[in-house]
Amino acid sequence: MLFWLAALPFAGAALPVLSRTRGRTAIAWSAAIVPIAGLVVLWVLASQVFDGGAWRASVPWMEGIGLNFSLRLDGLALLFCGLIFVIGLLVILYARYYLAADDPLGRLLALLLAFMGAMIGIALSDNLLLTLVFWELTSLTSFLLIGYWSHRPDARQGARMALAVTGMGGLALLGGVLLLGDMAGTYEISELARQGDAIRAHPHYAAALVLILVGAFTKSAQFPFQFWLPNAMAAPTPVSAYLHSATMVKAGIFLLARLWPALSGTELWFYLVAGTGLVTLVFGAYTALFRHDLKGLLAYSTISHLGLIVLLLGMNSKLAAVAAVFHIINHATFKASLFMAAGIIDHETGTRDMRKLAGLWRYLPYTAVLATVAAAAMAGVPLLNGFLSKEMFFAETLTLRDVGALSWIVPAVSTFAGVFSVAYSTRFIHDVFFNGEWDATARMPHEPPRWMRIPVEVLVALCLLVGMAPNLTVGPTLAVAAASVVGGTLPEYSLAIWHGFNLPLAMSLIATLLGLVLYFGAQRIYNLHAFEGRSPWTGARLYQVVIVSLAKFARRFTHFTANGSLQRQVIVLVAVTLAVGWWPFAGGIPERVLDRYTPIDAIAVIGWLVLVIALGATVTLHRQRLTALILVGAVGLMVAAAFARFSAPDLALTQLTVEVATILLMLLALPLLPATTPIESSQLRRARDGIIAAACGLGLGGTAWWMMTTAGSSVSSEHVARSVPGGGGTNVVNVILVDFRGFDTYGEITVLAVAALGIVALLGGASSERESDEAPSFRPAMLALLARALLPLSLLLSAYLLLRGHNLPGGGFVAGLITGAILAVLYVGNGAAWSRRQLPLDFPGLLVAGLAMATATGLGAWLFGRPFLTSAHGHVHPPIIGDLHLATAALFDLGVYLVVVGATMLILERLGRLMPERGVGS
Amino acid sequence: MELLLASAIGLLAAAGVYLCLRARTFAVVLGLTLLSYAVNLFVFVAGGIRIGQPPIVGAAVAMADPLPQALVLTAIVIGFGMTAYLVVLSIRARAATASDHVDGGGAPP
Repeated sequence: MLFWLAALPFAGAALPVLSRTRGRTAIAWSAAIVPIAGLVVLWVLASQVFDGGAWRASVPWMEGIGLNFSLRLDGLALLFCGLIFVIGLLVILYARYYLAADDPLGRLLALLLAFMGAMIGIALSDNLLLTLVFWELTSLTSFLLIGYWSHRPDARQGARMALAVTGMGGLALLGGVLLLGDMAGTYEISELARQGDAIRAHPHYAAALVLILVGAFTKSAQFPFQFWLPNAMAAPTPVSAYLHSATMVKAGIFLLARLWPALSGTELWFYLVAGTGLVTLVFGAYTALFRHDLKGLLAYSTISHLGLIVLLLGMNSKLAAVAAVFHIINHATFKASLFMAAGIIDHETGTRDMRKLAGLWRYLPYTAVLATVAAAAMAGVPLLNGFLSKEMFFAETLTLRDVGALSWIVPAVSTFAGVFSVAYSTRFIHDVFFNGEWDATARMPHEPPRWMRIPVEVLVALCLLVGMAPNLTVGPTLAVAAASVVGGTLPEYSLAIWHGFNLPLAMSLIATLLGLVLYFGAQRIYNLHAFEGRSPWTGARLYQVVIVSLAKFARRFTHFTANGSLQRQVIVLVAVTLAVGWWPFAGGIPERVLDRYTPIDAIAVIGWLVLVIALGATVTLHRQRLTALILVGAVGLMVAAAFARFSAPDLALTQLTVEVATILLMLLALPLLPATTPIESSQLRRARDGIIAAACGLGLGGTAWWMMTTAGSSVSSEHVARSVPGGGGTNVVNVILVDFRGFDTYGEITVLAVAALGIVALLGGASSERESDEAPSFRPAMLALLARALLPLSLLLSAYLLLRGHNLPGGGFVAGLITGAILAVLYVGNGAAWSRRQLPLDFPGLLVAGLAMATATGLGAWLFGRPFLTSAHGHVHPPIIGDLHLATAALFDLGVYLVVVGATMLILERLGRLMPERGVGS
Repeated sequence: MELLLASAIGLLAAAGVYLCLRARTFAVVLGLTLLSYAVNLFVFVAGGIRIGQPPIVGAAVAMADPLPQALVLTAIVIGFGMTAYLVVLSIRARAATASDHVDGGGAPP
């Protein structure tokens, strides 16, 4: 049931999109199905929650990291789900009439439902990691909702800012949650709540708390992260009414309430949470009075009220937590209705600027009454819901003990904020509905359609009902919700309207009187409309500065490293590598002893001389390309010789065959490129490059010398020891390739296949542009005939090397390269057309078959319940041949062989197609 | 012997880096080829050098370190794939920009 509840809004988000071509009412109804169905489900589930129980459902998701899809419906979750569905339903109804005809309603409602799903997810989640997933979802969906009017720059900017700030907070929260989970050994929230004492005593408590608070405060627009909320007012008003009164900004508070049993109760909690709440409360209330935009005023008022709730949660008292939950409900109702009223005013007059609005009482009397009641609730006027929670709040501020001067600062500052709260509430009403005459000639405001008023009426009625009969209406819900916050027994509290003459009442009276005086005084003496002052260091400004300078820095850095010249980039790369490589030796090269030394012999010296001469000639003659290519070939042969000399027969074979393939490849490419390289670099530049190159050579050569002459332990003794018993082969190199590190090899042949396919793709659209006089005009008959004669021999050799590879030098790579090389020689000697006719091979097919075979061998291990690529081997005794030792790794090696042949030939053949066809066979 | 190998590796690397820093694609391809020789040899000698002791079980009492050899073997093959890709890329770049300059904007040949 809970899973259905969580999935419902996401599934329902498709409805308004599917019905987007219908009428607007149909779209709205299709969207309304979700909250209605959700409320029905809640209704069914509620009775057990009211009896003190909770619904729970959990399926494992990623047990290894402690992430379970755990949902839990307790009192607090019930309250939040109820708020989300009820206000969501009203907002959908309101949006139906609010949006202009050319704004797509289906898109807005779909996004709204997706957002609703994310919020329900947060409310229901009983696993902190799962909460995080939904948390990020609310950030994303709210980004889309705030930026709904994507053609407006302020909407785009506001959405970006909200995403950046809440996204950053989400990261902090992730860190905090991981720490918390590490401390408690679980991410299940109900489990965490029981471990409060252990968590608070843990040395990481402070770090985890700060990170989690940053996450919650960014989401709930607490100082100093409050600035995104006013900028998010660029959203359509239904979105503001939903996100910024009842849901999104309450997510942070919800999290604080959820973690209240686990984290609260320490001094740090008090100072951080209550301190932030107090500053936010005053800052928001003060700023709200001086905003001229209706929604701006409401935004700052929201910030202030969120601060109030945070302050209550920070007080470390159960009674204060009850008051916090109560104010969450009350704030959601009156603020949503005020946003909707502001939307109606905007809709009817075309402006939200209080300096232009005046005297609307005559035109919108009904709206005026509704707005006045809601604003009075916001100000905390008796008989309305805001009054009750505000009284509880004032009473709580007076109970603070043992906090030094704060025990009187908090109530005093709270009263001060209360004064401003009354003042801005008064301004919302007076400045809009009275205070001058509306120029009806410009635009004639009308009362909104019947159905657009209903959501406001419902909410205002709730304000009144809760305010007058709290115990009959909100009492039970509040009790179960608060019980699940404080965990267990509730403290004694009374929801009565009249508590007698006491200090909280006096504070309320003072706030109301002074608030009225403040507003009318400011309006008369100071002229509020002329107020323009904005301090230069607002959070939004700071944010802009940070973002702009970040972008500037990034641009400069990019320009420095990548000014569009690859040549420049390579030199930066090499220089940085050099510097980093040099870094550990900057303090001097440590003393060392020569451990190992092999005597020099004449053959080695000759080989060395050939290599060095060929190398020197390559560099000096690199402008004559064909010559340089032949010289590089000589260098490669010397490298292969070195492999052979120093006990690496497999490497020598591979290097030799690769050399053949590479030279062939380059020969094919030469005619397609200029024959010579012009001298372009200045003397100075060449000298600079020479120095850098010499330094690189010195570094690499020096390190190599060091490594060779220092005795060290190797990890491969294990490979050697297990080669025969574990891998069934005596050629350790091959066993490592196809068995121990088979997955690595699997990746490598995949890379090779991708490279070959990439080349095919690159050449697919290549124009065969070439200079015809440079193309070979004949095919040597010797080569042609020799290649034909050598083909069967080479194939036999390949097969031999492939089969023996597991035990003696050889294997798939070498065999594949030999086959590839001989086929390539065949192609060069006889022309592609002739070769294709004689030997119809499908090279892409070979490639795919090879990969498939390697994959199948790997997957085969699964059939026996072993991990991917586990090999098996054993002896079979077929007649005549006698004892045959087989390993599944040989099949894998066959796959390697096929991939190598396919890739090599695919590359060479495609490149060869760019050559003119003038072979002997054609 | 170690000195010969180390100096060969150093010279290969220096020549490779120098050619990589040149402005024409062909020189860069040559440079990368040389550089991969240098790096392959470098990784190979990390296991120390042995003469006449191939890593075949039973062929000799002591044997060369097989792990660097296995690493280098695949590196050689991948190096071929990379060189081929690079060559084709430079052919395509020349067709597209009418120049074989690495930045595409050099004077047409």
